[in-house]
Amino acid sequence: MIERNHTQDYMMESPVEKNKKLIEDITDSYPKKVSKERKTHLVVIDPSEEQHIMADVATIPGIMTNRGCSYAGAKGVVFGPVKDILHLTHGPIGCGYYTWDTRRNLAEPEEGYNYFIKNCFSTNMQEKDVVFGGEKKLYGAIKEAYEIFKPKVIGIYATCPVGLIGDDIKAVAKRAEEELGIKVITVSCEGYKGVSQSAGHHLASNTLIMDIVGTKELENPTPYDINIFGEYNIGGDVWLVKDLLQKIGYRVVSVFTGDSKYDDLAKAHRAKLSILMCHRSINYTNRMMEEKFGVPWLKVNYIGITSTIESLREMAKFFDDPMIYENTEKVIEEELMKIKPRLDYYKERLKGKRAILFVGGSRAHHYQDLLKDIGMETIVAGYEFAHRDDYEGRKIIPEIKEAPHHKILDTYHFERVTEPAYPKEKIEEMKSKMPDHFMNYEGMMVHMEEGSIVIDDFNHHETEELIKALKPDIFLSGIKDRYVFQKMGVPSRQIHSYDYSGPYSSFEGAVNFARDMDMAINNPIWKEVTPPWKK
Amino acid sequence: MEKIAKGESKMECNNTERKYLTVNPLKTCQPLGAVWACLGIHQCMPHSHGSQGCTSYLRMQLTRHFREFIPTTTSSFSEAQVVFGGVGNLKQAIRNILSIYKPKVIGISTTCSAETIGDDVPGTINEMRASGEIPEDVKVFTASTPSYVGSHVTGFSNMVKSAVETFAKKSSPNGKINIIPGLLSPGDLREIKRILKIMGIDAIILPDISDVLDAPMTGEIHLYQKGGTTISEIEDMGNSIATIVLGREAGIAPAESLNEMYNVPYEVLPLPIGISNVDKFIMKLSEITGKPIPYELEEERGRLVDMMLDAHAHWYNKKAAVFGDPDIVEAIVGYANDLGINVLYALTGTYSSEWEKTVKSMVPDAYVSSDNDLWYLKEQLDKKPVDMLFGNSHGKYLAKEYDLPLLRVGFPILDRANLQHFPIVGYKGTAWLVERTGNTLLDYKDAKSPEHLLELIM
Repeated sequence: MIERNHTQDYMMESPVEKNKKLIEDITDSYPKKVSKERKTHLVVIDPSEEQHIMADVATIPGIMTNRGCSYAGAKGVVFGPVKDILHLTHGPIGCGYYTWDTRRNLAEPEEGYNYFIKNCFSTNMQEKDVVFGGEKKLYGAIKEAYEIFKPKVIGIYATCPVGLIGDDIKAVAKRAEEELGIKVITVSCEGYKGVSQSAGHHLASNTLIMDIVGTKELENPTPYDINIFGEYNIGGDVWLVKDLLQKIGYRVVSVFTGDSKYDDLAKAHRAKLSILMCHRSINYTNRMMEEKFGVPWLKVNYIGITSTIESLREMAKFFDDPMIYENTEKVIEEELMKIKPRLDYYKERLKGKRAILFVGGSRAHHYQDLLKDIGMETIVAGYEFAHRDDYEGRKIIPEIKEAPHHKILDTYHFERVTEPAYPKEKIEEMKSKMPDHFMNYEGMMVHMEEGSIVIDDFNHHETEELIKALKPDIFLSGIKDRYVFQKMGVPSRQIHSYDYSGPYSSFEGAVNFARDMDMAINNPIWKEVTPPWKK
Repeated sequence: MEKIAKGESKMECNNTERKYLTVNPLKTCQPLGAVWACLGIHQCMPHSHGSQGCTSYLRMQLTRHFREFIPTTTSSFSEAQVVFGGVGNLKQAIRNILSIYKPKVIGISTTCSAETIGDDVPGTINEMRASGEIPEDVKVFTASTPSYVGSHVTGFSNMVKSAVETFAKKSSPNGKINIIPGLLSPGDLREIKRILKIMGIDAIILPDISDVLDAPMTGEIHLYQKGGTTISEIEDMGNSIATIVLGREAGIAPAESLNEMYNVPYEVLPLPIGISNVDKFIMKLSEITGKPIPYELEEERGRLVDMMLDAHAHWYNKKAAVFGDPDIVEAIVGYANDLGINVLYALTGTYSSEWEKTVKSMVPDAYVSSDNDLWYLKEQLDKKPVDMLFGNSHGKYLAKEYDLPLLRVGFPILDRANLQHFPIVGYKGTAWLVERTGNTLLDYKDAKSPEHLLELIM
């Protein structure tokens, strides 16, 4: 059992020196080559230095990583939540099976629309398909899916063998579209592409912009139409946020892609602004939508009370409308009043507790804001599959060297095809008024305290050593390392799936999160780990 | 949450025969079963040679099922490996595993990408062994387990077979019996070991995930837990009196290997779930070892019969569908027969004509299919309904849609906690299953009763 006595450890050296030594020690224990590589992925925040981190490079073989694959990014994350697409995995059974209702992207059935996301559809490729080609089976599966389920849209997602044997899924999709008269989209997201889920996000964005966004017109546009990007409605997050936004006077045209429908995505180009939550998984689409349709984007964060307020106010600044300004403040005041007594209760119980935060996407940044709001501190934060811009901000993008795995990922640029809703001057003005968030993202590292540690592509060994040395009060990560560190005596919660709780977004979500932190940290069972006769 | 509850709405669709499309599968891929098998070997690091997504996914699923840490490493393929071959990554992975995780054994299985490009895994290991890069005291065994062949059940079987073929030897008779227990839970293995102890039988169980995937909470971290079959035990399997295979689909292949290599005879039994299946197991143990069946077990059996009689009215003549992994489905069909529950459907996703023949002989009027999925069952339930479901967590949507009680057995159980600690094998385990069966049906009855018909005495 780990004794949590923080003060004595910090008496001697400055946290920066101490933690720099700690990460040296941890990485020195590796074989030489691994050590050299891993040192570039760990940084102790030191404001006296210009600091960079290595990210989005190949995982070292044999290291117990938490990273997944391109298919996971494309089918699992970006397209999976779209509720009326029939998602058909072309490949052997495993890939489709593991993405079968295993991510908590909640969605509500809607009258007149299909609802497929509780099911798993697969071509269940067999050895003979790998030897003789799987196109016939894919076409047959599309046809059967069409006959049984009558989908308007089918999505085809490729897995490792598909690319290796050279099945032309685009040609099969085209034939099916012609013969069946439905839409069939494809993502060639074979698992070996790229170095993590991230490649799949990129590929999914390409399909979104090439095949979907801009293919339907929005009825009755209003001046307050917005899209929410990088929001997958884990535990119902987007439902809370939508309520707030609607109260203020916005109309949400589409969510990419939590609780979304194909038609909503197709109309997204008519929104006046896209707000972006998860920067990593979908910012490609925002860039391309701005180029093609002139839809600007604003990086927001509605995980955490302070950051939700900041984001709502920045949105108001963009719309610059008296009604919006007024309603924004009204909603903020009302929500704060509603949650205050409950939040105060938990803040008292969580004061000064220290967290390690390892989550993909942008969550390792977002949840730091929320932890701060409830009186907790983040001592280590890391991403699974982020790029350098997620850590250091988009300003670093020009300096990122192209790696071999980037070459396989097509990057598209567009000429403007429609008149944008706002003149260039307005866009420039907003950029200067909100330099960190308007069509920009400042990254995670700038927000972190001196002496805290940043890790890219964290792995089991490093996590274990960090926990032993830093003795956090809670470990916030995913399912794969939840139980091992819990057994070590460290309270642990899954921040990918919210441990089957949530929603954690905006004001009410902050209370839910605080309740769950209290439950994890102050649970009476911790007292029982050591038997009374051994105490 | 109200918003989610609305999701139960029925899906409009036409029922057709399918030839190409799988919907809601009753199997997953070989690499998962292979890793499961490795976890039951003492201080073994399972390594998955191929793309890293496979490892991430199977670790996720196994962790959710067991609520325990599942250590597994990967060769982390990228484009370069599928073009130029993955052997370089495999070598690098082995070096890192040896240096960082210090296992006694490495169990290497393969995934689709590695198999499609044709990496020579055993050759690479031999080469590293010859060059001294893999030290003598670290054992390695390998199996070919692409997802496009078989299922997680065959992946398990292939990995155990490889362990036996790689390590088992023949020296002098050891007087022990071998047991290949298939994909049982830690609680089940613990119960099997208790029965063996009562009978005074010395056995080698391969693999054995008890004391690995049910390790106590101590406040300490262990990459490898104290349990698992040791290499010296596996080596000794060639010297045993006989092998008992519990569950043909997951276990017959390694038993056949032991028989071919060292003339160890084998007996194939159903998983010992349900009174008749447990009887077969106990009597076979006694027959092979010559040990009498102790009165203690007879008493346990007697208590079970008593419980079955006390509660028979709650389940007798109910109609049931059973689905999941082949061995557990076969055992549960036997259990249902013991109770007088009528099985109308017995479905699995792992193809086996032998399994179909066996199960068909047990329930001649039922629909029995070994290459099937849950969508098929849904289509049939529209035509010929049942009263209850026995199966894994994936059945919960059917249970909701058709308003049926679901008794969770087998793999995966993702939506209920702690079940893997409680045995359903042996007389005691069966008694617990009997308790769950009867009382689940009574809970269901209460939930459905109007207030004035809610009865106190049942």
